[in-house]
Amino acid sequence: MSAARFDDGGRPGAGGVPASSGASFATGSAGTSETAADVASAALAMDAGVNGGAAAATDAVTLGHVPTLRIELRALSLGHRQVLHPLSLAPAPRAWTAIVGPNGAGKSTLLRAIAGLLPFDGTLTLDGKPWPTWPAKARARQVAWLGQNEAASEDLTAYDIAMLGRLPHQPWLAPASAADHAAVEHAMRQTQSWDWRDRALGSLSGGERQRVLLARALAVHSGVLLMDEPLAHLDPPHQSDWARIVRGRVAAGGAVVSVLHELNVALQADTLVVMDGGRIVHQGPPHDPATHDALQRVFHHRLLILQVQGRWVALNA
Amino acid sequence: MRAKSASSAPSAASASSAASTASARIAAQFVALLVLGAVLLALGLAIGSLGWSPWTEAGDTMRLILWDIRAPRSLGAWLAGALLALAGAVAQGLFRNPLADPYLLGCSAGASLGVAALLFVMGISPAAAALALRVGMTGAAFVGAIGAVLLTLVLARGVTQSLRLLLAGVVVGVVLGSGAALLTLMNPDILRAMQAFMLGSTGYVGWSAVQVMAVALGLCLLTALGCSRTLDALTLGEDTARSLGQRLTLIRLLLIATLSLATGAAVAQCGLIAFVGLVAPHLVRSWGPTTHGALLLLSALTGGALLLAADIAARWVIAPQELPVGIITALLGGSYLLWLMHRRKAHFGGAGGSQ
Repeated sequence: MSAARFDDGGRPGAGGVPASSGASFATGSAGTSETAADVASAALAMDAGVNGGAAAATDAVTLGHVPTLRIELRALSLGHRQVLHPLSLAPAPRAWTAIVGPNGAGKSTLLRAIAGLLPFDGTLTLDGKPWPTWPAKARARQVAWLGQNEAASEDLTAYDIAMLGRLPHQPWLAPASAADHAAVEHAMRQTQSWDWRDRALGSLSGGERQRVLLARALAVHSGVLLMDEPLAHLDPPHQSDWARIVRGRVAAGGAVVSVLHELNVALQADTLVVMDGGRIVHQGPPHDPATHDALQRVFHHRLLILQVQGRWVALNA
Repeated sequence: MRAKSASSAPSAASASSAASTASARIAAQFVALLVLGAVLLALGLAIGSLGWSPWTEAGDTMRLILWDIRAPRSLGAWLAGALLALAGAVAQGLFRNPLADPYLLGCSAGASLGVAALLFVMGISPAAAALALRVGMTGAAFVGAIGAVLLTLVLARGVTQSLRLLLAGVVVGVVLGSGAALLTLMNPDILRAMQAFMLGSTGYVGWSAVQVMAVALGLCLLTALGCSRTLDALTLGEDTARSLGQRLTLIRLLLIATLSLATGAAVAQCGLIAFVGLVAPHLVRSWGPTTHGALLLLSALTGGALLLAADIAARWVIAPQELPVGIITALLGGSYLLWLMHRRKAHFGGAGGSQ
C-alpha cells in the first residue's frame, strides 16, 4: 500500500531509485498509511505509547494545499559581484529537487532567493501571486527554510527550538496548541531527536543539533520545504533517514528542494538541478545520461558515475 | 532501518510534561525572586545611614525617614535594577551577542549626555527635582540613549561581529561621556550633581522618580514580552526568523526603543550603574535553558534584587558614610564578567581571545 504511494509520488526520475531501496522504504513506512489522514491524531496515538511508534512517525504528514513556487531571475548581486545570472526554476510538487554544483556555483544563493530571503532583479511568485503581496505569516506557513550552519542559541531547549517551527501557525502571543505540540513531537520523533527534547541546544553534538534544526523545519508542515546542506554533520544512517523523510514529504504531495554536496544522496532525488558559475546548466532525472554529462562538465570530468545495485553513485576520480 | 531504534524509545514522557517541568522550574524561580525582592525591600527599609535601625521606634521623624527617604530609595533601586537588567536581556537577544549591555553599547553614556544637556540648559540640580523635571530627564535620557545605540550600530555596521560591536560601543561611550563631562565643566553649578550621577547613586530617588520608573518598567516589560517569540526565532539567525514570518524591521525598532527607554529611565534617575544589565541575564541563563519570555521576566526580577542588594550594601558598609552604588556594581559585575570570560572563552570567540 505504501509502496504504491511511493510509486505514485515517484516521478520519472524515481526509476533511478532501485527496487531494493524502494522495498526498504516500504518496510520502513509499513503500517503508517492508515494513519496518514491526520497528523495530530497520529502523533497523539504515538503519545499513548502505540507499539512501533517511531515507525508510525516516519511519513505520516498531511500538508494540505501545496503551493507552486516560481522564480524568474534576471540578476542577483551580492556587493558589487553578480552571483546569479538569468535563470528560472519552479520546484515541482510531489518531487524532490536536488541542486548540485561546484563550490561557488551559487547554489545556496539561489535557494535563499527562492525562499524570499534575498532581494534580486526578477520575480518570485507563490501560487501565481507576487511574493511581497503575501502576508509574512501566510507565506511562512507554505514555504519552510532550513539554513546552512544555522546559528542557534545555546540556551533554548531542543523542544523550544522545534516549537519555533510552529510560529507561523500561532497567533501573536497565543500559547502553543495541542496541534502544535503534536506536530513538534512528530517532527522530533521523525528526526530521532525526541529523546533529548529537554536538553539545551548548546549541549548537543553537531549531528544531534542538525537533527533538531531539521525537526524545526519539518514542524512547519509547509507544502514547500527548502533545505541548504541539510546533511551537514549527519552520519550515513541518519543521511538515509533524512532521505526517507524527504520521500515521505514527497509522497504527501510536498515539494522538497535541497542544496547538496553529497552527490550520492543527490542522485537519489527526482530531479537534479546542476549549477555552475551562477547559472543552471542542466535539469534532469539522475538516471539520464545527459545529467551525468552535465555533472562531468561542471566537475571538470573528475567524477566516476556508476550504477551499483541499481543505484547511481558518483565517486571522485 | 534506523527507525527501529527510536521505536524502543520510551514515550512515557509526553510533550506537555516536558513543557510543564520547565515551566514549573521557571515559576519556582519567579516566586523565589519575588520573595527575595520583598525581603530585600524590608531590609532596605530597616537599614539607614546609621546602620541597622528598623522601624520599631515609632515616631514622626522615623516615619518621615522611612516613608520619604528609605521607601522610595529602596523601591527605586529595585526598579532601576529591573530596568537595566531588562535592557541588557533585550540587547543580548536583539544583537545575539552575549556581551551586549546598555553600558557597553554606549547607551548609558548617551543617556547621561542627554541628562547633562538638559541640566546644562536648565541650570538646576537634580535635588530640586519635581515630577515634570523627572519626566523631562527621562525623556532627555531616552533621546540620548536611542541616539547612542543607533550611532553604535552605524559604526559597527550591524550586529554580527562581537568585537566590532564592542569597540564601537566603547568609542561611542567614551565620546559621549566626554561630551557630558564637557557640559558639566562649562556649568559648575551642575558639577556636584553630575559627579554623583556619573558614579551612579540611588540617593536622589524620591517618589516622583519611582513613579516614572514604574511606568517605564511596565511599558518596557509589555513590549519586550510581546516581542519575546521573535527574539527566540532570532537565535536561529535572521534568515530563519524571517522565513518563520517574523517582521524583523518592526520588531527591531520596537526593541531598540524599549532598550533605550529602559536605560534612559534608569540612568535619568540613578545615574550610570554598570554591569547590572550584563550580569542579570547571564545569571538567569546559568540556572538552565529558558525561552526569551521567561528570560526577560526573570532577568528584570534578578536585576532588581541585585541593585537593591548593592544599594543596601552601599548604605551599610561604611555607615554613616555612603558608597556610590555604581562602584559596588562595577566591582561585583566586573569580577563576574572576568570570571565568565575565563569560563567561556570559546564562546566569546575573537573578543575574548584578543584581550
